Amino acid sequence: MTNTHVDYQLSQLDQLEAESIHIFREVAAEFEKPVLMFSGGKDSIVMLRLAEKAFFPAKLPFPLLQVDTGLDFDEVLSTRDSWVERLGARMIVATIDEAIAAGHVVDDGKTSRNRMQIGTLLGAIEEHGFTAAFGGGRRDEEKARAKERVYSHRDDFGQWDPKMQRPELWSLYNGRIHAGEHMRIFPLSNWTELDIWHYIHREQIEIPSIYFAHEREVIERDGMLLSLGPEIQPKGGETVEKKMVRFRTVGDRTQTGCVESEATDTAAIIDEIAIARVTERGATRGDDRFSEAAMEDRKKEGYF
Amino acid sequence: MASNDPHTAAQGEMDLLRFATAGSVDDGKSTLIGRLLLDSKSIFEDQLEAVESTSQSKGYDYTDLALLTDGLRSEREQGITIDVAYRYFATPTRKFIIADTPGHIQYTRNMVTGASTADLGLVLVDARQGLTEQSRRHAVLLSLLRVPHLVLAINKMDLVDWSEEVYEKIHKEFTQFATKLNIPDLEVIPISALQGDNVVNRSENTPWYSGPTLMHHLEHVHVASDRDLVDTRFPVQYVIRPKSDAYHDFRGYAGQVAGGVLKKGDDVVVLPSGMPSKIAKVELFDQEISEAFPPMSVTVHLEDDVDVSRGDMIARPKNAPKPSQDIDAMVCWMTNEPLKPRQKLAIKHTTRTGRAMVKDIQYRLDVNTLHRDQDTKELGLNEIGRVQLRTTVPLLCDPYSKNRTTGSFILIDEATGVTVGAGMINSGS
Repeated sequence: MTNTHVDYQLSQLDQLEAESIHIFREVAAEFEKPVLMFSGGKDSIVMLRLAEKAFFPAKLPFPLLQVDTGLDFDEVLSTRDSWVERLGARMIVATIDEAIAAGHVVDDGKTSRNRMQIGTLLGAIEEHGFTAAFGGGRRDEEKARAKERVYSHRDDFGQWDPKMQRPELWSLYNGRIHAGEHMRIFPLSNWTELDIWHYIHREQIEIPSIYFAHEREVIERDGMLLSLGPEIQPKGGETVEKKMVRFRTVGDRTQTGCVESEATDTAAIIDEIAIARVTERGATRGDDRFSEAAMEDRKKEGYF
Repeated sequence: MASNDPHTAAQGEMDLLRFATAGSVDDGKSTLIGRLLLDSKSIFEDQLEAVESTSQSKGYDYTDLALLTDGLRSEREQGITIDVAYRYFATPTRKFIIADTPGHIQYTRNMVTGASTADLGLVLVDARQGLTEQSRRHAVLLSLLRVPHLVLAINKMDLVDWSEEVYEKIHKEFTQFATKLNIPDLEVIPISALQGDNVVNRSENTPWYSGPTLMHHLEHVHVASDRDLVDTRFPVQYVIRPKSDAYHDFRGYAGQVAGGVLKKGDDVVVLPSGMPSKIAKVELFDQEISEAFPPMSVTVHLEDDVDVSRGDMIARPKNAPKPSQDIDAMVCWMTNEPLKPRQKLAIKHTTRTGRAMVKDIQYRLDVNTLHRDQDTKELGLNEIGRVQLRTTVPLLCDPYSKNRTTGSFILIDEATGVTVGAGMINSGS
């Protein structure tokens, strides 16, 4: 038996955990068909850990859904498989290539895979009839997200209307939807990047190895370090360099840059982030850089 | 891995303060939040650069820190904040969640939302203007939502030559007004958000002020004792039944503790049935724990095989709320179509959902004057009034003044599914 709280105070990490577990249980109790959107990234792994705690010792009362861009890092897919196996969870994979074949998404050669995830995701939600989809979004990530609710209502077209959001008071969540609509649920709304790392550190949970510093061949492009691979080859004047790097986010490999780092464990990463000077998206996500309102535009269309 | 590294351990174990800010763009609220984020080093280079370049392109003389927090593009274009936005920053001892609410537009709906989860309310006034109708209104709403700590920040002190007299006058005026309200803890701080005086660093311009800086106060205000550790309230949220060979007989009642302390061996009663039992054990994930208290999310096991389901509540036999279907409450109305007598709505209270009918609207509260208007029989958008409801299911409730979790509810329009009202219970019978 453990008792570490003689003074009846919970640390902020324990408070965040309690709040997220409350959200998971509330959704499982009130929605007919929830699903957890799992990318294999650190945020969705923390979500999975919280869901595991919320329903232990029962299995998760909902499946996981991954949108496969076809450009995921191998290390991310293998971590995903190991989590799914350990939890005995049900996994649904929706691929962009299938969505293109089905006509949900058009590949015009200009649109990034990240943007094509939107149509793929909405297609999968509709096909399976999911009424609630957990996402790993955090309010500290970006200005548009700062105003999003924990329960974020999506209309028939999967769109978010920032001006028509429902008020959200106390811990009383309103899960009412009409047929055809669904709710995005963000159990990590109040977590910051640093909280996520503290939690991974404390819980000692498995995350993809590319989050930790390793040697990799990279190309510097538009101020980002991109990993050399089938899609990323040096263009005029660019050189391939071998550097100690790590990834701060793990999106599709053509869009996700890495940063130079010596941090090989979670404690070192926490130290690094505590003094980091650039937000994680600003540093390493090409898809957010096109305009100041990039995220807001994608969210209105139904992005995570 | 270095799990006992003091640096990382300290940061993960710091505590949490949620606070709500109220004030308008004119009061410099966004600038103040920008200042807190900047001076606590929670702003990143790329965010600051984006704001600097926008300020330059607009031809401003200084970096407009307000641009850091004005989130949605439509708001940036209109130069107003239209919705509650949540911001995060941390110092070595505390993490802060700010519910940033707009001053003018939809102020009641947004402030009530922001204040509902706040431990502390921060009201901003312009030193040149003194207390305005708006600042009084903000204090009234924070008091109504039972936010236990209030800070009145008198901003733009630089524009009144750091006058102690101005500070004292506003301080006195506010203290007098606050006697009509329920504000257990008040701090009045003279600041300049633009220049940073008394925000994080003590100002040399206010030698006559001996109180804390805003940041020092936010870091040290004691909030742990605001929780009710006496009256045990455990709303059952979800019943965990694994139905697996390994956990064949497992039946756990999952929920978040809303009040009091639960431990093994406690005599309890399950409401509304009134069935008595004893707590067999309390678990957090795969660990048995000795005690559970607010706001922990745990799983409780009972010794007897009693019928318990979502919406029920576990309390103590001699300290349990009386199941009530007649509810007297202050309701904040949040939609265009007014609330009227005999109207039917869905009601959600803790983990219990039912229907409610408006029996009477006793009065409308003028949040500027505290006048009770008994002639109106409707509540319009952003109005607050005292309402009598009859519910289809008994609510296991406490007065909001005793417990903010078991004393609150939301009202939902059954046709649109939208949250249209927020209620704070006076009493149930």
